[in-house]
Amino acid sequence: MAEKKTPCKHMAAISEKLNEYEYYRKFIVYKDKVLALGNDSLEKTIAIAVALCLVCAVLVSFAAVALKPLQIGNKEDDMKKNILDVAGLLEEGANINTAFAQKIEAKIVDLETGAYVENINANEYDQRKAAKDPAQSVAIPKDKDIAHIRVKAKYAKVFLVKDGGQLKSIILPMHGYGLWSTLYGFLSLDADGQTVQSINFYDQAETPGLGGEVVNPNWRALWKGKKVYAETEQHSADKGSIAEANIGEPALSLIKGAVDTTRPGSQYQVDGLAGATLTSTGVTNLVRYWMGNEGFAPYLKKVKSVQGS
Amino acid sequence: MSAILNDSILNDETKKVLTAPLVNDNPITLQVLGICSALAVTSQMSTSLIMALALTLVTAFSSAAISAIRNHIPSSIRIIVQMTIIASLVIVVDQLLKAFAYDVSKQLSVFVGLIITNCIVMGRAEGYAMKNPPLESFMDGIGNGLGYSLILVIVAFFRETLGSGKLLGIEVFKLTKDGGWYDPNGLMLLPPSAFFIIGLIIWGVRQWKPAQAEKSEYKIMSIAHGEGGHH
Repeated sequence: MAEKKTPCKHMAAISEKLNEYEYYRKFIVYKDKVLALGNDSLEKTIAIAVALCLVCAVLVSFAAVALKPLQIGNKEDDMKKNILDVAGLLEEGANINTAFAQKIEAKIVDLETGAYVENINANEYDQRKAAKDPAQSVAIPKDKDIAHIRVKAKYAKVFLVKDGGQLKSIILPMHGYGLWSTLYGFLSLDADGQTVQSINFYDQAETPGLGGEVVNPNWRALWKGKKVYAETEQHSADKGSIAEANIGEPALSLIKGAVDTTRPGSQYQVDGLAGATLTSTGVTNLVRYWMGNEGFAPYLKKVKSVQGS
Repeated sequence: MSAILNDSILNDETKKVLTAPLVNDNPITLQVLGICSALAVTSQMSTSLIMALALTLVTAFSSAAISAIRNHIPSSIRIIVQMTIIASLVIVVDQLLKAFAYDVSKQLSVFVGLIITNCIVMGRAEGYAMKNPPLESFMDGIGNGLGYSLILVIVAFFRETLGSGKLLGIEVFKLTKDGGWYDPNGLMLLPPSAFFIIGLIIWGVRQWKPAQAEKSEYKIMSIAHGEGGHH
């Protein structure tokens, strides 16, 4: 059995080379011994299981490691595409990288003070990675952690769209827990820091067809023109509304069923996702968290005061 | 093992295992396996094609690999061995999709991973590859994959054209919302519509080939004969 003919010269050379090593010879002897055993012997069962696991593990890890650079490239392109999409700048057929470089400006924001941080290269900063690094993140107190994310990066990466020096949109990253998964997405606001332009989620694993409808363009279109912060006090007494907010607090929320636009406060309400109550609650919570004082409220206040002056 | 070298046997067997699963022994319509993914991914032709390709490759290569070591698989861990091989191949396919067809892999999301539990793959491994040589097993995998693909493509054809007026993303019926005449059927975009289409296909195939119809387990007794009835 060991004297098999090798069809290729290189193979013969390799096996000759390997034969010089004692462990290889021992392995061949052991392999022949095991293969000759009865299929139901304990030793063969264990040996086959171990050998199979090794082979499969090598195959899987080789595929994962070898394809990683391509996959990361795909993810980055997809992220840029989503940012262009939420800014309403996505054009069919246009090169994503050039469009992104021309139209979008990335900035780093200190979440606590709301000020820009200039000594970090915004293009290289990865907020998701930073959130996992204890040196670059802070734990969120339990009572404030409505988005159920436990830690957040100290610095956030925001994206600005400018047209002739005039601020057109502010694109803010958000994430929070839905039903099965953490949803990662962007909310794009007008320069007033109050009016929603668009929302999208680029990474989520909610139930396809129910919570997964957060990516549905028709549902996302409902967000356009909604207001983030309460201009008058909002109460939850209104039927179907879970919006309760003092003036200046984030009031935007998803409600059960369709929004009645004749009611007061409907500018803070978006239709909930049918059959996906927990995902809808998750989306409300993550929007409110990131628009609140823990999130981008200090930053948006700063932007407004600059615009005003 | 000598069967591998014998060309005439190989050809007949190869032809049989390649073509039989298309209609006569179709995994979906006759064996009614792999229904779950046939419901989930068929709302668009592009996802269906990728899913069909992925499943065909996984079935073929896992059958070949399992068949190659079939004489040394201890029967007590047989299913686990099959699962390990299938799972490894599925992960490789998933990684390849993420690297080369990112958008499709996002749409297929969990369903590529769920090929691991697709009854067709396990069914062919246990039912065919454990008893037959690698080359035939490989062809059997391809054949069954093609049988699955055929049904997926038919279902996707109806769902995408009737549900969104498109085929492979290209407009075939102009929709009313774009000023055309076709009002899309929303049901076709939902998984239950695949149930109806697959049911109709199974009905059609069994009308065409009555041998596929199962014998009914009970016969509805007619009152006129009344044999053995208790009144």
